[in-house]
Amino acid sequence: MRINLKYPFLFVLMIVLQIFIFNNIQLSGYINPQVYIFFILILPVNIKGTVLLLLAFGMGLIIDAFTDALAIHALSSLFMAFFRPAVLRIFSDKIDPEDMSSPSYSNPGTVSLFFYCVILVLIHHSTLFLLELFRFTELIQTLSRILISSGITIFFIMIAFAFIGRSGD
Amino acid sequence: MRNLLNFILRYQFFFLFLLLGTAGILLTFANQQYHQTFFINSANTVTGNLLHTYSKLTSYIALRQQNQELANSLAHLMNTYEGSYLITDKKTFVSDDTLVVKRFRYMHAELTNNSVNRRNNYITLNKGARHGVKPDMGLITTNGVAGIVTHVSNNFSVAMSLLHSDMMLSVKLLKNDHLGTLIWEGYNYRQASMTYIPPHLEINKGDTIVTSGFSSVFPENVFIGIINDWEVKRGETFITAKVDLALDFNKLTHVFIVKNLLREEQDELEAQIIP
Repeated sequence: MRINLKYPFLFVLMIVLQIFIFNNIQLSGYINPQVYIFFILILPVNIKGTVLLLLAFGMGLIIDAFTDALAIHALSSLFMAFFRPAVLRIFSDKIDPEDMSSPSYSNPGTVSLFFYCVILVLIHHSTLFLLELFRFTELIQTLSRILISSGITIFFIMIAFAFIGRSGD
Repeated sequence: MRNLLNFILRYQFFFLFLLLGTAGILLTFANQQYHQTFFINSANTVTGNLLHTYSKLTSYIALRQQNQELANSLAHLMNTYEGSYLITDKKTFVSDDTLVVKRFRYMHAELTNNSVNRRNNYITLNKGARHGVKPDMGLITTNGVAGIVTHVSNNFSVAMSLLHSDMMLSVKLLKNDHLGTLIWEGYNYRQASMTYIPPHLEINKGDTIVTSGFSSVFPENVFIGIINDWEVKRGETFITAKVDLALDFNKLTHVFIVKNLLREEQDELEAQIIP
C-alpha cells in the first residue's frame, strides 16, 4: 500500500519542483536542469512497459504545458522511457519478475546506478535540446548546454536517490 | 485479424512508443507551422492560474520590504515637495531649484590596476569608501564608458571592466535613438558588439553609438564608439553590429567615477515592478 502512495506523491512533487524551482535556474542560458525525470528513473524496475511510456509522456506533457515548450519534454521523456528497460538490463543481469523495488544505491550498486542515470539523462537532454535547436540556437552552443545541464541534473538526481531511495524501502 | 492483434499485443511496448511519439511530433511540429491556439501552454486555465498564484505567493515574501520602500519614496517626495521649504530671501540666487535637480556627480580617480587580456577583466582604482565610492557606480572617460564598480575597500575600489562577460550596457544609435545592448564577446579589446538592433533599421559603417541613459549608472550620450561592421547571426532576428570602441583600455590611466544622485530612487521604483 505504501508503494502505491509513494509514486503519485513523487509524480506531483517532481513536477512542482521542476516548474517552480529548477525552471528558474537559467544561468547565462546554459544551465537548465530537468530534474523531473527523476520520477521516471525511480519507477519500479519491473514496471509494465506501457505504463512506463504513458507516465513519461504524460509527465513531459504537463511540464510542456507550464513552459510553453509544445511537446518537446513529452517527446524526450518518452524517448528516455523507451530506452529505460534496455539500459536497466545492462546493469542488473538477473531481474526477478516479482521484485517491485526501485533502482537505488543498494540494488544495482552505486556505480551502476550512476551510469544508469548518466545514460538516460544524456538521452533525455540530447533529445530535448536538439528538438529545441530546430527553432533556436547553434549546434556547439547546444552541445555545451546538453553537457552542462546534464551534469547539474545528474547531481540533483543522485542527491534525490540518496534521500528518497532510502526512505522508500 | 487475431494474429494481428496478438502481434500488436506482443509488441505493445514498441507500438505504444510509436503512437505516443507520433502524437508528440504532431503536437510539436504541427503547432509550430500553423500557430494554432493550443491548450498545452502556460496560458490555459489550469497552468495560468497556478503560475499566477505562485507569483502572488512569492510576492508576499517581499511585501514588508516593498512597504518600507514605498514609505521611503513617499518621505523622499514629501522632502522634495516645494511646500517643505521656507523661502527666506527672494533676492538670493537659488541653486537648488526644484525645477533642476542635479543628477550626476563626478569624481576623479586613477587606475592602480587594469587588464585587457582576460575574458573577464577588472579595473582597480585608487579611490575607495573613504572617498564616497560605492558599488554600482559607473566609470566613464571623455572617450566612453570604462566599467562599473563592484567591490569597495576603504582606500580602493575594483570595477568590472566593459571588457567583461557579465557587462551589458544599454546604448543607442545617435542618429535615430534606437536602443541596443553593448556586450563584449572576448578576443579583441578594441571591439565590442551591439546586439538587439531591429532588422529594419538602416545601419551604416561609421554610425555613432552613445549610452542611452536608461540605466541608472551612466548619463545619457556618453560616446562609446562607431560601427565597423554588422550582420544578422544565424538563428537570430536582430542585427549584431561590431563597434570600434573609442576608449583604448590598454592606455587607460584616469577615469571619472559617476555618482547618480537619484539612483536609489530609480532602483527602488524599478524593483517594485519586478515580482
